[in-house]
Amino acid sequence: MSDFAVIGERFPRVDAREKVTGEAKYAGDYSMPGMLWCKLLRSPYPHARILDIDASKALKLPGVKGVVTGKDFGGWSWGWMAATRDEVPLAVDKVRYMAEAVAGVAAIDEDTAEEATRLIKVDYEALPGVFDPEEAMKDGAPNVHDYVKNNISVEYHWNFGDVEKAFANSHIVREDRFRTSRATHGYLEPPATLAYYDPTGYITVWAAKQSPYFHYRHLAACFKMPLSKVRVVQPFIGGGFGGTKNDSLAGDFCAVLLSKITGKPVKYVESMEEELATSRRRHSMIVYSKMGVDKEGKITAIAHRVIADGGGYTAIGPLSMYLGGFMTGLPYHLPNFKYDAYRVFTNNPIGAAMRGHGVTHTRFAAEIQMEMIAEEMGLDPVEIRLRNAIDNPKKGKIYETINKVALKTCGIKEAIKEAAKDPLWRDKDKMPKREGDISWGVGLSGTSYSGGARQMGHQACAAIIRLCEDGTVNLITGATDCGQGSDTVLCMIAAEELGVRLDDISIKRVDTAYTPVDPGSYGSRVTILAGQATQKAARQVKKQLVEIAAREWQAKPEDVVIRLGEVSLKSDPTRKMPFIKLARIACYSGTGAVILGTGYSSYGIEHLDLVNGIGNGGTSYSFTAHTARVGVDMGTGQITVSDFTIASDCGRLLSPIPAEGQIEGGAVQGLGQTIYEDFIMDKGKTLNPTFLDYKMPLAMDVPNIKLIDIVTDDPDGPFGAKEASEGSIVSAPPAVVSAIHDATGIWFTELPITPEKIVRALRPKGQR
Amino acid sequence: MKAIRFSVNGKHYDITVPPHRTLLEVIREELGLTGTKEGCGVGECGACTVIMDGKTVNSCLVLAAEADGKEITTIEGLAQGDRLHPIQQAFIDHGGFQCGFCTPGMIMSAKALLDANPRPSEEEIRKGISGNFCRCTGYTKIIESIKAAAKNMEAKP
Repeated sequence: MSDFAVIGERFPRVDAREKVTGEAKYAGDYSMPGMLWCKLLRSPYPHARILDIDASKALKLPGVKGVVTGKDFGGWSWGWMAATRDEVPLAVDKVRYMAEAVAGVAAIDEDTAEEATRLIKVDYEALPGVFDPEEAMKDGAPNVHDYVKNNISVEYHWNFGDVEKAFANSHIVREDRFRTSRATHGYLEPPATLAYYDPTGYITVWAAKQSPYFHYRHLAACFKMPLSKVRVVQPFIGGGFGGTKNDSLAGDFCAVLLSKITGKPVKYVESMEEELATSRRRHSMIVYSKMGVDKEGKITAIAHRVIADGGGYTAIGPLSMYLGGFMTGLPYHLPNFKYDAYRVFTNNPIGAAMRGHGVTHTRFAAEIQMEMIAEEMGLDPVEIRLRNAIDNPKKGKIYETINKVALKTCGIKEAIKEAAKDPLWRDKDKMPKREGDISWGVGLSGTSYSGGARQMGHQACAAIIRLCEDGTVNLITGATDCGQGSDTVLCMIAAEELGVRLDDISIKRVDTAYTPVDPGSYGSRVTILAGQATQKAARQVKKQLVEIAAREWQAKPEDVVIRLGEVSLKSDPTRKMPFIKLARIACYSGTGAVILGTGYSSYGIEHLDLVNGIGNGGTSYSFTAHTARVGVDMGTGQITVSDFTIASDCGRLLSPIPAEGQIEGGAVQGLGQTIYEDFIMDKGKTLNPTFLDYKMPLAMDVPNIKLIDIVTDDPDGPFGAKEASEGSIVSAPPAVVSAIHDATGIWFTELPITPEKIVRALRPKGQR
Repeated sequence: MKAIRFSVNGKHYDITVPPHRTLLEVIREELGLTGTKEGCGVGECGACTVIMDGKTVNSCLVLAAEADGKEITTIEGLAQGDRLHPIQQAFIDHGGFQCGFCTPGMIMSAKALLDANPRPSEEEIRKGISGNFCRCTGYTKIIESIKAAAKNMEAKP
């Protein structure tokens, strides 16, 4: 029997009933009496000066109640760091990417608001644009922002060990260029908000934000309001995956300002076309990778020169570039490494965060390059990985990388061995290699991701636990469940710690007026950090209850056991009472106690060193070995992915159903960016801002997925938990690319690998 | 304005709508049934799937006027009081959802599939939901949920 009463059980999610009945309300489902609708006017140019905006015709349209432009925000700007506050709610002097918002309208209905946007006259002076990050870095390229030179938005130069010496002494050194796709989150719920600026001086918004406290701070700063008067109420969130829903958008600011002007609630719902044309998507990165290995195939050094398309503004770019570098070697030993990273402004939409943030680019490059080297040396893909993989540190020991990233657990070797034992890999040579035009191949990857992401400034998650007199419990936290299942995990943690049943715990959506401040749901941090906070709050409640039970039974507190809603004495099993009775005793005896517990997380408080790349970016690290089987039609280039086997070291899975779903979902999103998804851009214009043309995987496209759980017990996570899901979005691309190589004999280095690219590559040289 | 008469989840409605109004807008805004979601608004994502006279439609592509005389079922029409439809229960038991935004449409597609084909193969299930995007689950647990629902519905007709 497991030592746990609740943890590890296959409980359905706590939000299940609302979600399968349609009762769950999302931002777009809210409305208020007298509500107005907001629509935005967006720039038709990727780079242009704004000379004049004339809204007089729009204001005359019957039903229009207000128009706002950039100047109405009083020069306020925001950004991820103090030095990068380069973005304004609506463009003021200049637009820097196509479809950047320039004006907002409020009207009695959505159609009128949209019609009014077309009556606003903007005089633009078109400016030459720059759309390729390598072009943008050159002298003489058009300047996107005046505050930086050569459009360099972020640059880091790290150098650990001695790469030059290591390359000179290597058996093989390879240099290759890789490029990742222009992929986006692809959630089905477009950004939306309902805002009310109460004339008495409160802002309340119901907004689709996966990290509502970023938005809370932005609104307070923009509208010069005390934080205590900004209320972000969390509806259910229709998917996040980083980037857009972690930030504030033009529509958010306009809805609040238009509410202030009109005195009415204002609703804004972005169209999917607007969303796809402007989302704060994953950066597309070019990775120049140089890797050396010794005679045994052990990696001696990696030098990465990374150039990222940052688009028009900085957003979270400094973190993207840090994440792409700080764990460059993982999950392998890397004695020497150099990282030269450039995030470059262009007149494309903004590059920002997406699940697998940063790591997915550089690990893809390094993983494929290691495979290329293995092929050159005649080494088996499993063998080269096992020779380089980091051992699981003994309990109490730490493995430290050359830039002082500390691993306390590492299940990569076990994961690779388990994946290799699975029939998909083990029997790969017994499976047909060719069936008609279809050539089959199998590939392997071994990757890592960090969990419990650190943040500049505020880092801790918090929880409050409140005992009700009927023995039920309220769990209050500022951590947002944007679909990943964290509410279920946190309730399970509370139930486990308190000794009650999961059904006895109730959790509500975040509301900044009542819930404790929280950094946000990104970087796989909620289970680890809000989980630890919940654990601490629950322990406080339990301590009080145990003392009350001990008093009641005249026993020692350490003799009291509470498990699954039953209170008993270890020394005398005949002494027992239901939890509800203990709750009543606690709440009614004497004047009646009010039992509350609070806690905030303490993992990951060391400084996040963006500039030098030294130290940890998270609290712990997940490890994944991933095999994929693909069939490539050698005539048409069509790819069929039949199977994935994913062996994940996520520490301990606290709530298996959501965790498995996260791993499966991450892997399929990773598959999308590998073979389908890419924004086709023409001089800043997105040519495929629809789900018809931006192709995400459908049920017909996805492989059978088998999961293997590698359990490690990490000391820096509640009950030994680490991250789940970002690991599999990092592991999927190299596994699929290796499988395509196995099927075709061709190494593809630019994502996505479309049928066109395959057909072209299969043609004889000279005809490509 | 056009007068239409239709039934939604067994309830009859007589309403007048402007000719350009979509069925989705009427369901969400006039009838207040916000379980049906708008994702893309142009018939690509499947979040707005409802059943009209036994067949799934993207309600964002159907004009309300076209629903005149039709029988519509939305996600709100599946449970009977507190008793969930077996498909809903299977999605709960097997984790066939995460953020939940595609879920109403996905469940409606699953219902139309199982109504027409109570014992679908895995391939038929995949095909049956191929008009519905889900960005969270990777579909694995949705397919498992629909398989389990088919089994449960066969055992307890």
